[in-house]
Amino acid sequence: MKVDNIYKEEKKSAFAKLSEIIITMASRPSGLIGLSILVFHIILAFTSPYIAPHDFKAIDPTLMLQAPSAEYWFGTDDLGRDVFTRTILGGRTALTITFFGSLIALLWGGLLGIFCGLVGGKIDDVVMRIVDAFLSIPWILAMLLIVSLLGTSTEVLIPALGFFYGKGIVRVARAATHDVIAKDFIVSARARGHSNFSIIWNEIIPNVRDAILVEGAMRWSWMLLGFSSLSFLGFGVSPPTPDWGLMISNARGLMSFAYWAVIAPIVGLSSLIIGINLTADAFAKALGIDRSTKAPV
Amino acid sequence: MLFLIIKRILLGFITLFIVSIITFVGTEVLPGDACTTYLERQAFGEQLEACYRRLGLNVPAYERYVSWALNAIQGDFGYSLSGEMPIKDVLGPRIKNSLVLASAAIFIGIPIALILGIITALWRDKLPDVAISTVTIFAMTIPEFISATLLILIIAIWLEWLPGIVIVPTDVSFLELLPNIILPVVAIAMIMTAHMARMVRSSVIQVMASEYVQMAILKGVPYWKMVFKHVLPNALLPAINVVALTIAWLLGGVVVTEVVFNYPGLGRLVIESISNRDLPTVQALAIILASIYVSINLLADLLTLMLNPRLKTLQIRK
Repeated sequence: MKVDNIYKEEKKSAFAKLSEIIITMASRPSGLIGLSILVFHIILAFTSPYIAPHDFKAIDPTLMLQAPSAEYWFGTDDLGRDVFTRTILGGRTALTITFFGSLIALLWGGLLGIFCGLVGGKIDDVVMRIVDAFLSIPWILAMLLIVSLLGTSTEVLIPALGFFYGKGIVRVARAATHDVIAKDFIVSARARGHSNFSIIWNEIIPNVRDAILVEGAMRWSWMLLGFSSLSFLGFGVSPPTPDWGLMISNARGLMSFAYWAVIAPIVGLSSLIIGINLTADAFAKALGIDRSTKAPV
Repeated sequence: MLFLIIKRILLGFITLFIVSIITFVGTEVLPGDACTTYLERQAFGEQLEACYRRLGLNVPAYERYVSWALNAIQGDFGYSLSGEMPIKDVLGPRIKNSLVLASAAIFIGIPIALILGIITALWRDKLPDVAISTVTIFAMTIPEFISATLLILIIAIWLEWLPGIVIVPTDVSFLELLPNIILPVVAIAMIMTAHMARMVRSSVIQVMASEYVQMAILKGVPYWKMVFKHVLPNALLPAINVVALTIAWLLGGVVVTEVVFNYPGLGRLVIESISNRDLPTVQALAIILASIYVSINLLADLLTLMLNPRLKTLQIRK
């Protein structure tokens, strides 16, 4: 009975903690702006197929490069497709792929980092050298190589992005683990004879979770940047799909007379990335973690 | 001290060694080798055999790795697949062009970043900080290809001040390159400056809050003397490493920027060689870019070691 009560109390306080964090985040102007932009984009991603005024792939040569009008709010592109429709649909693929990619990055990067920090010694040395080596290969070269050889399907992009953006999390998780590992409660857990697994699950994860989550939120915005750069270079999602990176690269050649076709996706992508970034910043501040001293690795 | 330096250099070489294995295995393990991707549908029978022999793909992988690595150390990366040219001849002018771009951005970016970082830190949460920080967040988070595209749209197309796209041969002289290079340099410098300014800011803020600075204030040291003599030397030291990481990270961004401006540098070669499935060139590029990354970090580590008085005394005490 008693144990049960304690458990329930913890549950409740975790929920209370979460809402408290969100309130703290929203209490700063930058956090409030970031959160609202992010929420707006997420709602848009869920609802856009139902509110889109036109068909995103309907090609009509008679409507080529029309300026914004009452019928076509953001004008039309070089194939006569409605830019407004394509813009509000453009974030769906990017958001989905990078969200699941970040989850994968968080999981493998976090767990490997904690494991290395805990066991130390030779295994740690070897793993960290390999992580360093991966870090020194520019992400764009590695990603381009993978997608050009394995294709650009979602099943390739999510694990590939998850893998390449997780290696930086390994370092953060390892450093956070080093910070707690010498604390008394870990020493006493060892003295009680707990297994490594139990120590990781019950003692370390609750203490390093915040640092890893903040890192993951940051990765999300970088991954979005990386993913849209791939699309922009023509190595991301394939053409009929509405995607901001792809739209910008298509409309770029004609922007001297049809600037609307390039401005709309630029606003969409920039606002989402800024929204995620401000949210990650506010999240870090609400948890009391300073992320501004960290380099993007 | 000497031991530490040697250790860092050795670690750098070990990292490069692992990178070389990763790129070699990576290009090896992924489906399709250089010949099948190059010949596509004609990849069978005699043609395939001939291609294997020409590229030396008919010997076991580890032997190929050893000979490739030994040649790569001497700067010989073999022949590219599509152009039939020695890769080092292709790389030479590209590396030069990219270096011009990157170093111009760094020379412009670092002083501006220092000034902005210090201003925002000293006037923390006041108007200058809020204004500059807002701008740096925008400059930092917006993808390179967006800021580059906007620069072309506004400066080159609407205002018609500068050429928007670089149309020059690969081996052009520096003076001819100059007007073409301004916009790409601005595009790269903008993001880099924003990143560095934010790091300098938080570093300075940390030092300003430390006890010895409080002590200096209590002792009555004049404000600006304190800033320049006590705060900045200590604040900029940890920033060196972070700045190095930022520069190295931007290698990826330089690739995109070069593509947007059609700039004949390493970045565009990355895209070209990958589009052509030119795996020997891709391997060479991976090693070169990783070497740049490792040496920038090494340089930063050594600089920090040399400038940090605490590390020196640590060694003496030992």
